[in-house]
Amino acid sequence: MRFAATFSLPLVLGAAALAAPAAAQDFAITNATVALGDGSEPIPNATVVVRGGRVAAAGAGVAVPAGVSAIDGQGRWVTPGLFSAVTDLGLWDVQAVGESNDTDADDSPFGAALDVAPAINPASQHIKISRAGGVTRASVTGYPGGSIFAGQGALIDLGADNSAVLRPRAFQLVTLGEQGGRIAGGSRVAAHALFRNALREALNLGEQEPLAVDTPEGDVDLGDDIPIDARLFGGEATRGADVLLTRFDAAALVPVVNGRQPLYVGVDRAADILSVLALREEFPNLRLVLVGAAEGWLVAEEIAASGVPVITEPLVDLPDSFEQLGATQSNMGRMVDAGVKVAIGGFMGDNQPRYAPQQAGNLVALNRIPGAAGLSWGEALAAITSVPAEISGMGGRAGVLAPGAVGDVVLWDGDPLELGSAPVRVFIDGVEQPLENHQTQLRDRYRTPQEDELPKAYEW
Amino acid sequence: MKRFAPPALASCLALALGACAATGEGDVASARGAASGETPYASTYRAYPGVPTALVGATIFDGAGGRIENGTVLFENGAVRAVGGADLAVPAGFTRIDGAGKFVTPGIIDIHSHLGDYPTPSVQAHEDGNEATDPATPEAWAEHSVWPQDPGFTRALANGGVTTLQILPGSANLFGGRSVTLKNVPARTVQAMKFPGAPYSLKMACGENPKRVYGGRGRMPSTRMGNFAVWRETWLDAREYADGKREKRDLANETLAGVLDGEILIQHHCYRADEMAMVLDMAREMDYKVTAFHHAVESYKIADLLREAGVCSAVWADWYGFKMEAYDGIPENAALIHNAGACVVIHSDDANGIQRLNQEAAKAQADGLRMGIDIPDEDVIGWFTLNAARAMGIGERTGSLQAGKMADVVLWNGDPLSVYSRPEKVWIDGALMYDALDRSRRPVSDFELGQPGEGDVK
Repeated sequence: MRFAATFSLPLVLGAAALAAPAAAQDFAITNATVALGDGSEPIPNATVVVRGGRVAAAGAGVAVPAGVSAIDGQGRWVTPGLFSAVTDLGLWDVQAVGESNDTDADDSPFGAALDVAPAINPASQHIKISRAGGVTRASVTGYPGGSIFAGQGALIDLGADNSAVLRPRAFQLVTLGEQGGRIAGGSRVAAHALFRNALREALNLGEQEPLAVDTPEGDVDLGDDIPIDARLFGGEATRGADVLLTRFDAAALVPVVNGRQPLYVGVDRAADILSVLALREEFPNLRLVLVGAAEGWLVAEEIAASGVPVITEPLVDLPDSFEQLGATQSNMGRMVDAGVKVAIGGFMGDNQPRYAPQQAGNLVALNRIPGAAGLSWGEALAAITSVPAEISGMGGRAGVLAPGAVGDVVLWDGDPLELGSAPVRVFIDGVEQPLENHQTQLRDRYRTPQEDELPKAYEW
Repeated sequence: MKRFAPPALASCLALALGACAATGEGDVASARGAASGETPYASTYRAYPGVPTALVGATIFDGAGGRIENGTVLFENGAVRAVGGADLAVPAGFTRIDGAGKFVTPGIIDIHSHLGDYPTPSVQAHEDGNEATDPATPEAWAEHSVWPQDPGFTRALANGGVTTLQILPGSANLFGGRSVTLKNVPARTVQAMKFPGAPYSLKMACGENPKRVYGGRGRMPSTRMGNFAVWRETWLDAREYADGKREKRDLANETLAGVLDGEILIQHHCYRADEMAMVLDMAREMDYKVTAFHHAVESYKIADLLREAGVCSAVWADWYGFKMEAYDGIPENAALIHNAGACVVIHSDDANGIQRLNQEAAKAQADGLRMGIDIPDEDVIGWFTLNAARAMGIGERTGSLQAGKMADVVLWNGDPLSVYSRPEKVWIDGALMYDALDRSRRPVSDFELGQPGEGDVK
């Protein structure tokens, strides 16, 4: 959703609702504990001003401009909207109901060419429920299925409108390690061979003259510096003689190999992480992001030196596989201490995006356990706001309450990282969002389980 | 990151074959029907040595709805000696631990775990939770699958304060088999973990899993009505066995007869309200009692019926949407059940979730409060202590801090309903089995020896 657009929104319900127009509105929240999301500690008695769909100012001593309506925060908490990195938002209605689930494509001949953008459903309950949990932006990816490449992920916002996708083809995702090995033919060796073969084909393709196909300018607005690869709009997509990679897949990897599109790499084992970092000796333009990295703490210095950021599930602490033997909840804290940029993410399946604050809060708790490495409160919030936004390519523009950033603002009824807290009001691009969904309707219907004069079906 | 697949899809628990039920061991129950009259696979658990201990100055949640500020808990010889306020004298010879600013609860209890029968690492060779070769396997016993070296036990202890847990067969089968209730102590054998005298439970499963697993093979059940048909036929056969002389050993019918005798509890995996109501009628028809519905994401729709039937709901805080029968899960479920006067238990069904039962309960409490249901902290603590113990048939032995009960105790470094708190010390039968401040009280399973991060904080 772009801030300047006007949308017809469902009425915001509840006593706290603004007398709000549907479009982006100038507003301020005063008298609040404001956490900027940039790693700093929360600021008591502060103000946030949003104008034209963007943050105009945030902090203590900020005045509310004339003509801007002010909401009394009543001492409650304000944060940027949560940025949820590496999710399956909008790709399923019910995970186990295959017809409703677009997360993987086991039987597709395509891998890297898969593009989740057209499949994302902004009306999914998954998105609505996550929005009510304070999540305002996310990166979305499919899962690797028939290929080690999951395909091209998108950046979305969770606004209640029909334009979720902010940036299609924002990154490519490949899984190496155990999963990649299984898909590639049975071993890590096979996965690396497949991966290198794919990137070399892309290199070759990238060196050829671009196909004579016009980029359909205006049809797709990326809103950033990554152009659409023209090759994706023409040519044959059918499988060639080389069954390892279709031409369509190879074309999709051209922006990866030339560094125009980030490559997210799923690995956990320390040795696998080092193997991935070493890929840049062979393919120097790769813009890598490590996803998972359960054993990252064992090679934290090397990751830090590489400058490669990490998106991790911070509470993984079991040897769920032989590539996670070193898993510990201190993984993230130790990587951060070593200078690695780390975001909390991997909100797929049952790991709901709305759990992000709980996970961040748990990292704060670690500070009081001898031998453990946690995060400060400010770092923990940043790990679910500004840091994932930066890794996703929206640094300074999302996940932070800074002048010029998108007007994604959440008002919470308490410390946002605490178990008992929840969003009271959510704004995306300055537009107040409805927080109702299937769950809230069920809640209201069954406040008392007994029927009244008519069956429950008449209560809605 | 786990293989880019939803955890429930990747594992075989809640979604796939998962989830639910069954319980512990009953000296009494298992004896009946056993030709020898002796409890087979008997517990060899003995409490480890402890010292008389006084926890002084902490906020105490006793698990039974009590809260004492600046309280004192005394335990010795494996049992709670007394619980009281600041005026409770500390006898000579007791080691005094200052609990100022800290909290004390009973040991945490998980009524629904698959630790040991789906241990980590989650490799195929470790999948021992579903005997998915027949829809009715009441003859299977979960304890025969449990691997005591599952690292998950140690995480549940250190991060979750879990002192007792019920290991259930999975939910592929209509009758999954007997559960086992364990003390969460590291051990060489399962028998050395078995909770002495805990009754057994029988795990049953409703809905999608059995009909999918067997329908997919072209055999009964392939529908929900097929589920009920197999259940009822099986119960009728069991009744005939139970009314007979029971002379010949019959493992399946010994379990089922134990249920009909009221000595083996029923832990029934069931998501949907309408299905739970049908199961309650089946229990009336066949004359047995359902102790708890597990997962029960729709209990809030029939909380009044569950109260009247005296059945507990063992639930997550907010899982939903992973399968069709979980589509109507809502975060207010626990609060709505509690508000209707029915019994709530917070369960995990998950090797990660078991480390945070306190946090899940706190979230569920807050979701209730936001809709105007104000449930005091001291009642919420009961959701993962005494209520769980009662639904496992061990409520007279553990689950609350009361003189004479097992000294299963957690000292938290802050409010256990806060995300910022962790267990600082955990005692099981009065023995200090975990101490966050003392590395030597951090168990490391055989599997983790010599591995990266051996003995690390986890």
